[in-house]
Amino acid sequence: MRHQDAPTDRHEQPAQPADGGVRILIVGATSAIAQATARLLAADGATLFLAGRDATHLGQIADDLTTRGAARVGTMALDLDHTMRHGELLDTATAHMEGLDVVLVAHGTLPDQAASQADWEVARQALETNFLNIAALLTLVANRLEAGRHGTLCVIGSVAGDRGRRSNYVYGTAKGALAIFLQGLRNRLHPAGVRVVTIKPGFVDTPMTATFTKGPLWATPERVARGIHKALEKRGPEVVYLPGFWRVVMLVIRLIPEPLFKRLRL
Amino acid sequence: MAAGYTCWGRLPIAAGEPLRLRWRDAALPDEGTLLAHGNGRSYGDSCLNPGGVLLDTRGLDRFTRFDRERGILRAEAGVLLADMLRLTVPAGWFLPVTPGTRFITLGGAIANDVHGKNHHVAGTFGRHVRALELRRSTGERLTCSPDQNPDWFAATIGGLGLTGLITWAEIALKPIPSAYVAVETARFGGVDQFIALNDASEPSHEYTVAWVDCLARGRNLGRGVFMGGNHARHMARTAAPPLGDPALRVPFDAPAWLLGRATLSAFNGLYYRRARAGTRVQHLGPFFYPLDGIGQWNRLYGRRGFYQYQCVVPRADGGAALKELLGIVAASGQGSFLAVLKGFGGLPSPGLLSFPRPGYTLALDFPNRGRSTLALFERLDRVVEAAGGALYPAKDARMTAAGFARYHPRLETFVRFVDPRFSSAFWRRVRPEES
Repeated sequence: MRHQDAPTDRHEQPAQPADGGVRILIVGATSAIAQATARLLAADGATLFLAGRDATHLGQIADDLTTRGAARVGTMALDLDHTMRHGELLDTATAHMEGLDVVLVAHGTLPDQAASQADWEVARQALETNFLNIAALLTLVANRLEAGRHGTLCVIGSVAGDRGRRSNYVYGTAKGALAIFLQGLRNRLHPAGVRVVTIKPGFVDTPMTATFTKGPLWATPERVARGIHKALEKRGPEVVYLPGFWRVVMLVIRLIPEPLFKRLRL
Repeated sequence: MAAGYTCWGRLPIAAGEPLRLRWRDAALPDEGTLLAHGNGRSYGDSCLNPGGVLLDTRGLDRFTRFDRERGILRAEAGVLLADMLRLTVPAGWFLPVTPGTRFITLGGAIANDVHGKNHHVAGTFGRHVRALELRRSTGERLTCSPDQNPDWFAATIGGLGLTGLITWAEIALKPIPSAYVAVETARFGGVDQFIALNDASEPSHEYTVAWVDCLARGRNLGRGVFMGGNHARHMARTAAPPLGDPALRVPFDAPAWLLGRATLSAFNGLYYRRARAGTRVQHLGPFFYPLDGIGQWNRLYGRRGFYQYQCVVPRADGGAALKELLGIVAASGQGSFLAVLKGFGGLPSPGLLSFPRPGYTLALDFPNRGRSTLALFERLDRVVEAAGGALYPAKDARMTAAGFARYHPRLETFVRFVDPRFSSAFWRRVRPEES
């Protein structure tokens, strides 16, 4: 997608600061995919700010990224379900990095489908964490990037959001809603020159999926991270399936007519 | 990906229930025996814990800090030497001691107190460990160094992972002028010539190693190719691509004929004859890690796997034991193409159970042919024991309890530091009274 209509005043804020590389806020930085992506960004000499729940783990990751070449790494421990702290997070990160070029949102939980069916409270919590609270954060981020007429917003969704299935439709609902929300943001922020990238990983071998039996469709967090890194670098597609074959798989799954689909055990 | 957990020799030994650790403070299971498992490059059962839990440490792969001025690196235990090299070589620092593969973890290097081609001048890996953290099953966390908790430090260096879980370690790197090594190569016709070459080269060459044609018999017995190397000056520090991931991979288990006597004799003969005397400059990747270019080369030994037999025999007998060992191996016809001969120096290791000691070490691979292979090892054991030598636990899957006790004079001291919850298939085999 070209940005032919991007206004010229975008140049007021440089796309990259001269010394410290791209300034990236990573939300949910202790996740396996976020960590692997952060390593690639660190090797580029980026400036990073990490947000997650566990201060000790954030500190360990920050040490690692600094050693691997990050210009500077800041951290802030918070529970992202506390939406009233989102503003503080953005302020702190922006102040620490002296600006903000990219926000990567990588946090999420994988609810147990059976438990979500049996107990609405479990489902509601999953929808809050994986959609509502992220939407709250994205609203703040979008307004700031739009005002600055600069930046990239990259969010990790899931192929599970492409079609509701019996095995994980609560999680899928949250990720599907998130994808539509991002679609809207992309449309809204395009005139401001702000990129909105939706990452849709397939099966990824992470602690979140530790109890699953792994087959040939499973990818490592490192492989997914390479895809995210590329999506951040290039002015390429803004809806990215990782690994790429999932685009075809999900196209087929979306094309199955509902009368047939409802009979499948997926 | 989460492939099955095995030892590098791919011998049919159960692994244990894997648990992937991602954080240094990850909860350890309340039940069952525990054993850290890094990248699974130990050849035998010292990295396996059937019936218990295998703590996969590969997720502990974070660096903590790298002091580029002083060459000091602190990292979590699951970091691979390969990852460390990618970071340090471009900055002009190399591992103080490196084994023949870079695909082992830092924790594994310490637990096995690995050695390299520079043992005669640098000793073992453990000599260069400045500090480490040991997590005990009791919840205790001990920072160990030559000054702090030195007894725990000594037990953990070469301690086969039995003293607890190593979570991080700090090592002192060595400065290098470039990423290249100047290598001198010479052929030798037998053990006497090897010893003459080796002993003459040790003062002038930081790295010495020899490959032996273990299939050659008669007047060719013990022939081989000797290599002496020093870090090359006036060359670049680039690490990539020669320190990247393997370019080739063995995609399936090789058929049995591939490693039959005829093929191997032909291969070894060709390798010996093709070796040219002289000096050349080589990137440190292929010099230190010749086999790392071929992923999963252990599959060449087929479905039944293979054993490595690595022993050390004292220098005092002038090579008599080496000749006897090579004679037995050649007569058996069971050897293969990987036979390495190297002199160990006198620098002591801090580790109580450390394998290297002054002498010559011989390492040979043998396809697993069941009983006949084990019978051959028993014959070799008798020579090693008569010479006052020892076997290397990291390579072993069959040494006897009596042999283990004989090779490790400080074993009874070590036993006091073994964590009550930590164990391995190897440990239960050589110390049946502990389980």
